[in-house]
Amino acid sequence: MNLILAYLTDPAHWQGSGGIPARVLEHLIYTLVTLLVAAAIGVPLGLWVGHTGRGRWAVVNLVNGMRSVPTLGLLFVAVLVLGPRIRGDLAFVVPSILVLVVLAVPPILAGAYAGVDAVDPLARDAAKAMGMSSREVLFGVELPCALPLLFGGLRSAALQVVATATIAAAVSVGGLGRLLIDGQAVRDYGQMAAGAVLVAALALAVDLVFALVQRVAISPGLVPARRRPIDRKNPTPANPVA
Amino acid sequence: MIRFSDVRKTYPDGTVAVDGLTLEAPTGQITVLVGPSGCGKTTSLRMINKMIEPTSGSITVDGRDISGMNADELRRGMGYVIQSGGLFPHRTVLDNIATVPLLLGVPKTQARASAMELLERMGLSTSLAKRYPNQLSGGQQQRVGVARALAADPPIMLMDEPFSAVDPQVREQLQDEFLRLQGELGKTIVFVTHDIDEAVKLGDQVAVLRVGGTLAQLASPERLLADPADDFVADFLGRDRGYRGLAFAPGGSVPIGTEPTVVLGTSSDAARSVASGAAWLLIVDEAGAPVGWVEPARLGARVERSDLHRGGTVARASGSLRAALDAALSAPSRRGVLTDDAGRLIGTVSAHDVLAAIEGAGGSADGTPASSNGDGAP
Repeated sequence: MNLILAYLTDPAHWQGSGGIPARVLEHLIYTLVTLLVAAAIGVPLGLWVGHTGRGRWAVVNLVNGMRSVPTLGLLFVAVLVLGPRIRGDLAFVVPSILVLVVLAVPPILAGAYAGVDAVDPLARDAAKAMGMSSREVLFGVELPCALPLLFGGLRSAALQVVATATIAAAVSVGGLGRLLIDGQAVRDYGQMAAGAVLVAALALAVDLVFALVQRVAISPGLVPARRRPIDRKNPTPANPVA
Repeated sequence: MIRFSDVRKTYPDGTVAVDGLTLEAPTGQITVLVGPSGCGKTTSLRMINKMIEPTSGSITVDGRDISGMNADELRRGMGYVIQSGGLFPHRTVLDNIATVPLLLGVPKTQARASAMELLERMGLSTSLAKRYPNQLSGGQQQRVGVARALAADPPIMLMDEPFSAVDPQVREQLQDEFLRLQGELGKTIVFVTHDIDEAVKLGDQVAVLRVGGTLAQLASPERLLADPADDFVADFLGRDRGYRGLAFAPGGSVPIGTEPTVVLGTSSDAARSVASGAAWLLIVDEAGAPVGWVEPARLGARVERSDLHRGGTVARASGSLRAALDAALSAPSRRGVLTDDAGRLIGTVSAHDVLAAIEGAGGSADGTPASSNGDGAP
C-alpha cells in the first residue's frame, strides 16, 4: 500500500511522455478507438440479425466462440502477421487494436441482437400494422427499445477493453500496461501495483461516463417503474391497479 | 365497404387457416368475426391490411383490390387495435397516439395537439399525456390503443380482441364507450373476438367462423340468436338464447301501469295509507328517481334508507324487453320499475305484460319462441 502511494505521489511520475497522464491518455485513446470500431461492426450486425431474425444461430455461436479466443496469443500472432506490413509506430498499435476489437465485438453484438430480440412482439406488430416501413420499425421502435441491452453490451465491452488494453504493452505499445510491464522488468512492485490501481480506476470512470450517457439516451418508459423518481406534481402510484 | 371474395389462406405446412371466405363488411358498421381459436378470425382480419397475404381469392376495399396496393400506405389508412394495446414502451402516451399522423407528415405540434384532444375524447385525463405506457393501468392502455388507431381519422378500423386483456368490469365500460364513440364516428369496423356475448353486444352483423376457417353464419345478432344456422352456431351461442334475444326487442309496446309512491323520509302512517294494503311500496327520491321497495307493514316511524329492498333492477322505458322483463322478475313486488332517460320514474310493468308483448311480437318474427324451450340443441 505504501509502495503504491509512494509511486503515485511522486511528482516525477506525473510528467512527460512516460508520465501517468500521458499513459492514461494513451490508454483512453486505445479504448475509444477499439470501442468505435467494435461498435461500428457489432451494432449494425446485431440490429440486422435481431430485425430480420436471420443468422441468429451464427451470432450465438460466433459470440461464444470469440469469447474463448486467447487474447495474448492472438496479439502475438497479429503482430507477427501484420507487423511487417505496417510502417512505423502503427506496426504494433494496429495489431493491438485489432485484438481488442475481436474482444469487444461479441458483447456489443450480443447486446444489440438481444435488445432488438427482446422488443415486445406486440409493439413490433403494431408498428408494422400502422404502416411503418421496415426501416421505420427498426429505427423508430426496435432500436430505441433495444437501448438498455445495447448499452449493457457496450459497457461490458468497455470494461473488458480497459482491462485488457494493458497487454498491448507486451508488444511495446503504450498505455497503462507500460507501468505493469516495465515495473515487472525492474521488479518495481510499487509501480506495478499503481498501474493496476490506475487501470481499475479508469475502468470505473469509463463505466460511470456510460452510465450518465445511458440516463439521457434511454427513454424513461423503458426503465422499470419502481426505479423511477416519484413525480412530485402528480403523486399517483407508478403502477396503478385499475 | 370491405369485401372478401372466396378468400383462402393455406400455410406452408398445409394448415388451412381460412377457407372460401366470402363476406362483406358494410361501410359505417361494425362487423364482428367470432369463433373458437383456430377458426381463422385473426388471420382474416390481418389479410385486410396485408399483414398476411391470402393464398387465393381477393379482398377489396371500396371496390379496389388491395393486392395491388402498397402495404404501408394501405395500413396508414386503417386504424389497428390489438389486445393489450401494443403500445410503444419508449414513447409517451401523447407520442404513441400521434404515431400515424407523424408518419403521414403532419407537423409535430399539430399532431400532438390533436392527440391531446383524442385523449380527452377517450375519457382519459390529459395529465396522462406525458406518462409512459408502463405507468398506465390495463384499461387506460387499451383506451390509448384505441386513440392511437383513431388519430389519423381512418375510415376503417381493424380491432383484434381489443378488450380481452382487461377485467370484466373495465371491459364492459370500454365496450359501452366504444359503442358511444362509434355512434359519433361511424367507422367501418372489423372486430375480432372469441367472446360471443361481446360479438352480440357490439356487432351490427356477426360472422361466426368454425375451426378450419369456414363461415358458419353471417347475420345480425338478433337473427343469430333467433335462428342459428346449425348445431355448431347454436352450441357456440350457448345458453339463454331466447332470453338474450330479447335484448334486441324494443320495450315500447309494453303497457306501463302507474305506481303509487312516497318520497324517502315519509312517515310510515302516510306510507301505509298510500300502499293501501299492498305488500310492497315503491320509494322515490326528491327528484322522482326510484330508490327501492319497502314493506309498509314492517316500517318504523319513517321510511328510512335502511328499510329499502334493493333487489330490483331498473329499466329504461326506451330500452329492450329483456331489461323490462328482468326488472319485473327481479323486483320483490314482481312489478318492474321503468324510468325515462333521465332516470325519473314512469311506472311499472308486470312480467305477464312483458311476456304478452313478446308473444305479440313473436308471432310475426322469425321464431324467437322456438329456442326458448331449452338451452342446447333444438
